[in-house]
Amino acid sequence: MWEYTDKVKEHFLNPRNVGEIEEPDGVAEVGSIACGDALKFTFKLDENGRIKEAKFKTFGCASAIASASALTEIVKGMTVEEASKVTNQDIARFLGGLPEEKMHCSVMGREALDKAIAYYRGDTGKEVEDKVVCECFGVTEKEIEKAIRENALTTLEEVTNYTKAGGGCGNCHPAIQEIIDRVLGDVHAKPVPRPKMSNLRKIRLIEETIDQEIRPSLKQDGGDIELVDVVGNRVLVATRGACASCQAANRTLKNFVEVKLRELVLPELVVEEVSQ
Amino acid sequence: MKTIYLDNNATTRVAPEVLEEMLPYFSQLYGNPSSMHSFGGQVGRKLREAHEKMAALLGASPDEIIFTSCGTESDNAAVRAALHSNPDKRHIVTSRVEHPAIRALCAHLATRGYRVTELPVDAEGRLDLEQYRKALTADTAVVSLMWANNETGVVFPVEQAAEIAGEKGIIFHTDAVQAVGKIPIDLGKTAINMLSLSGHKLHAPKGVGVLYVRRGTKFSPFMIGGHQEKGRRGGTENTPGIIGLGKAAELAARYMETENTVVKNLRDRLENALLARIPNSRVNGDRVNRLPNTTNISFEFVEGEGILLMMDEFGICASSGSACTSGSLQPSHVLRAMGVPFTMAHGSIRFSLSVYNTDEEIDLVVEKLPAIIETLRAMSPYWKPGEGVCARS
Repeated sequence: MWEYTDKVKEHFLNPRNVGEIEEPDGVAEVGSIACGDALKFTFKLDENGRIKEAKFKTFGCASAIASASALTEIVKGMTVEEASKVTNQDIARFLGGLPEEKMHCSVMGREALDKAIAYYRGDTGKEVEDKVVCECFGVTEKEIEKAIRENALTTLEEVTNYTKAGGGCGNCHPAIQEIIDRVLGDVHAKPVPRPKMSNLRKIRLIEETIDQEIRPSLKQDGGDIELVDVVGNRVLVATRGACASCQAANRTLKNFVEVKLRELVLPELVVEEVSQ
Repeated sequence: MKTIYLDNNATTRVAPEVLEEMLPYFSQLYGNPSSMHSFGGQVGRKLREAHEKMAALLGASPDEIIFTSCGTESDNAAVRAALHSNPDKRHIVTSRVEHPAIRALCAHLATRGYRVTELPVDAEGRLDLEQYRKALTADTAVVSLMWANNETGVVFPVEQAAEIAGEKGIIFHTDAVQAVGKIPIDLGKTAINMLSLSGHKLHAPKGVGVLYVRRGTKFSPFMIGGHQEKGRRGGTENTPGIIGLGKAAELAARYMETENTVVKNLRDRLENALLARIPNSRVNGDRVNRLPNTTNISFEFVEGEGILLMMDEFGICASSGSACTSGSLQPSHVLRAMGVPFTMAHGSIRFSLSVYNTDEEIDLVVEKLPAIIETLRAMSPYWKPGEGVCARS
């Protein structure tokens, strides 16, 4: 049995925004029944150009359904420009993570979003020719390249987990490896990115940021938070003082605490409240 | 929440009688069956008893029974021993729907210079004996065909297949992991040379299996060590497991009729009720020549993992041939070999019953499953509400 987070299970059992919007501003269909998962995604904008409604229909496993549900929740309220920056990592993060082998479900969500935005912008006819690399699952060269770049993939197995490419007959494995080598060659030719932060340093920086940047602001309103644990990029905190009984505490955690930690420690951090 | 366990082809509960029989051999009676002293000797006697009970279930002689660690070990030992006995022959005949214990082994052997013929099956999962006969050549060292399929329960005509192989002097092995205990087997009346079974599929614990080797069949051991199992499988015996499996064999013989009447009726009731209540559903596999406890039903336009997880909310345990449950990206190789369309293959659920299932449990599944399928179909882009057809291809 897969190790799904509670949030994946919750969005699978109680998916949000199931259905299809009539006369949508953006629409996309990705995947196929042969591949084992497919998604139809639609959205509609309000008068200010923000997504007021997003809906999905999915044929797929629990993580495919949960990823689609998460996508609709994430993009609601965003402008098309903001939505175009949503990545598959955002979808996976929203769900508290997905098993590695299921990351392709989050990628399917992002692909649907890209395609729906292209529809909205009228770009659908301008698609440049893209070579299909994996015949079994119809995955193209550009899709593989994008997944490698966006998710820092380095192995064939990871590419399969994120795109399904190479998960069938295996004939395309050499071609996928060539793409990996080429993209990694490009990446390595560029300036060296910021070194990966050690766990120890990450936790220290989180503690310092909470002490120096976050706690003083919360205390002004009689509130506080306590760092409970750091699991990967999940920062588990407990609310204290006025924050513990505040109905808007969740917003504070997301819009203030998480934003500050992402800005000053690591952009991938996700703040989650635990009851303690 | 009560667990409704309908996944007995995956594993079974250890029968209370089996557990009771095993318990002393974990604690007070811990002697080594190979020891000269009477403390170990009493364990040795119990092992001989297990050989006798297993032989009785299979219609074999006790000295034709080798206890192993599992079905996979038995399968590997059988095929490798047959190849070892026929060093000049390089051809293996098997089928496309075998368990990975044979399929993956054959794929491995194919990289070591062996030629493997995987026989196809028809839409009902049946083997064509004429096609099989034609596949046998002078170079064929061994045939390995399963007695009953683990996913669909379809029973292969292995007795006839063994006769045909025997006429050509070819060693015939059958993986009978799913068949033993569910359908009558009398090896003395067949030409089968070797047979594999696994304890945990018939209410014995995990970690114990059997390889039957017909007297006179050349056999070279897979595991070489001491003189245990007459030197055919070295290593100190898993005594509690073997004693438990001996007891399970005795119980299986006793329950054989129940399997083929009570359990079969429960299975049929479940199957018929689900087919009647859920549109666009169908049974995969031959409904005539089939294990009495197994049904494999496809629910079109939904994906199996979702069904399993929603059933799990009610404590209902089953299996699926969907790709998403396995970490593989392709649905069940058995259903694909049968040509089951993708629309059906991804949404297949296997229910496998045992003598411990009840009418009430079946009623609950029949009550809950239609709503689960309806919920998932309401989310599916392929389902056209009210019309019961695919919205797009």
